[in-house]
Amino acid sequence: MIYFNLFFGWIKQEIFAIPGRVIALVFFLLLIALPLVTQDPFYLRVFTLALIFAIFAASWDVLSGFTGQLNLGHALFFGVSAYTAGLLNIHLQYSPWVTIPCGAVIAVSVGLFAGIPALRLRGFYLGLVTLTFPLILLGILFAFPNFTGGELGVSGISRVSSSAVVNYYTAMVVFTVSVMIMWKFTDAKSKLLRTGIILHAIREDEITARASGINTTYYKFMAFALSGFFAGIAGGLYVHYMRIAGPQTLDLFFSFQAILWTIFGGIATIYGPVAGVFILYPLLEFLNLTAWGELLRQIIFAVLLIVALMFMPEGITVWILDKIEVKCPRCKVVNVFYRKKCRACRAPLHLVRESAHQYNKGEV
Amino acid sequence: MLTNIIVNGLVSGGIYAVLAVGFSLIFGVAKILNMAHTAFYMLTAYLVFACTSLGGLSLPVALFIAIVATTILGMLCFRFLFDRIKHHETAVMIISVAVALLLQEILLLIFGGHYRGVPPFARGFLEVFGIRLAYQQLIAIAATGVILVGLWILLEKTRLGNSIRAVAQDREIANLMGINVSRIFLIVMGISVALAGLAGAVVAPLYVVGPTMWMQPLTIVLAAVVLGGLGSVGGCVLGALILGFVESIVVFTIPAGAFLQGTFSLGIMVLVLMVRPEGLFGVVFEEERL
Repeated sequence: MIYFNLFFGWIKQEIFAIPGRVIALVFFLLLIALPLVTQDPFYLRVFTLALIFAIFAASWDVLSGFTGQLNLGHALFFGVSAYTAGLLNIHLQYSPWVTIPCGAVIAVSVGLFAGIPALRLRGFYLGLVTLTFPLILLGILFAFPNFTGGELGVSGISRVSSSAVVNYYTAMVVFTVSVMIMWKFTDAKSKLLRTGIILHAIREDEITARASGINTTYYKFMAFALSGFFAGIAGGLYVHYMRIAGPQTLDLFFSFQAILWTIFGGIATIYGPVAGVFILYPLLEFLNLTAWGELLRQIIFAVLLIVALMFMPEGITVWILDKIEVKCPRCKVVNVFYRKKCRACRAPLHLVRESAHQYNKGEV
Repeated sequence: MLTNIIVNGLVSGGIYAVLAVGFSLIFGVAKILNMAHTAFYMLTAYLVFACTSLGGLSLPVALFIAIVATTILGMLCFRFLFDRIKHHETAVMIISVAVALLLQEILLLIFGGHYRGVPPFARGFLEVFGIRLAYQQLIAIAATGVILVGLWILLEKTRLGNSIRAVAQDREIANLMGINVSRIFLIVMGISVALAGLAGAVVAPLYVVGPTMWMQPLTIVLAAVVLGGLGSVGGCVLGALILGFVESIVVFTIPAGAFLQGTFSLGIMVLVLMVRPEGLFGVVFEEERL
């Protein structure tokens, strides 16, 4: 009984008191409950793909959001892994449980290779170099159509399971584990790992980080490898779900897609890209159902993106959390927005909001 | 074949050069990575097509309308979108991607997905050493040359060019010297989009006009700008010419070259950057050195 009370107390303190965590919990429970509510193949398909793309977008965030190594060709990792998994499955009949890790390992080695320019370049220069990698590979793929299928890609790949629900839950388990690992890896407040704070330091000022005795080369390569690994996992899952490895997985626009989702959701937060994917991707797919939506979906997408970024340039999750959470000025504990006093130290909170308001209006 | 390579290299290199110079100008001055740059070029090509083939206007009028309309649209985009959130550099880039997507989809909606052709400015060809050179290609080469020289005069010899270069070098000091920085940004955006528009107008009769024609030049322009060195106008022109010639050599000499043209030019860019990270003519500032 006492353990139950302790557990309940912990839940109350650490989850129910913090709005952001309540939203995360509700989201996670909804994800688990989805196949119990509807078995409609369309909904399952949309949300399975959303799970896969969320891993992909989050892996971009690890590399570019946290470490600051702007990668505009993130589809490279996804596509390399997709083609590796697809070709292994088609030619050697390996099962998805072998091909997906193989694809991810190849993606890691490609990630390490793509990290070489990052030693000498930074910012938009690095972005423009990385942007070209998937396009170079795409040209090579088109030049050897017998092996890679050219424009049509490799098709007829086996699925993880024939049941849509099992596929959904597989994607969900992989998604949860990957996102948890990426979150812990990049969490600057983590007591377990130093990587989070080091990656932040590299993004903010690489020279100072190096001067403080951090082997920035090592950590940059680590970020490239990890990001490549999870993008590769997403690519493998995608290929075994869609049953086709096509050139669209290396497309210029697919690279931008990850960035669009992440910036929309909030950069340098792992929950940002996840939220971005789960808002934008299903929305577009549902628009596809109506006749006018099919015609206008890209226009609606573009307008939505422009409007969202005009008013929330730091991303939708950051904007919402800013509205519903207030940090105590004295003890730094997060509170719900309607509390008058801090739940831990009783410091009055309305002053924080007023000063923030004045600051935003430019009165201070 | 040699003549073909030279003419094609000059045509595509010249057009890439005009595009790359505009792209590099707005990046160098306002630090905006404008991914919609080639979308404006596509818009002009479509407007020329709409005015001549559908509207029945004469060619000079159509060109004038198309370029002016594109420039005004570009300046509006800058004023109401990019300028508002200029402190978030990645967000600006994403907004420019969204603008490109929006233009592509609107054009797709209005004109459909068919590839369109625009009648050439001048029909016929010139025979030199038994090789046929279409007048249109010669016009394109001449036009890009005139545009580039004009731009050079504008940047180097006029008061406006002086202030543009001053803002590019140091925004704050330029502001202190009494240069209206936000007005310079707007003007540079206008020049940059007008250059894209000019390139689009020259290209319209040479290549097919379609709603995805902005993607391929965008990557080459990015490559050319990086190859030449961001912020260096001369470097951009040289980079674009190199890539244009590489493309035309690959297409004419290697089997399956049409697929590999992008691969070769981008590969060259990566190789150059490995040896010289700041590009051929780029300037490295001390605080940016790694």
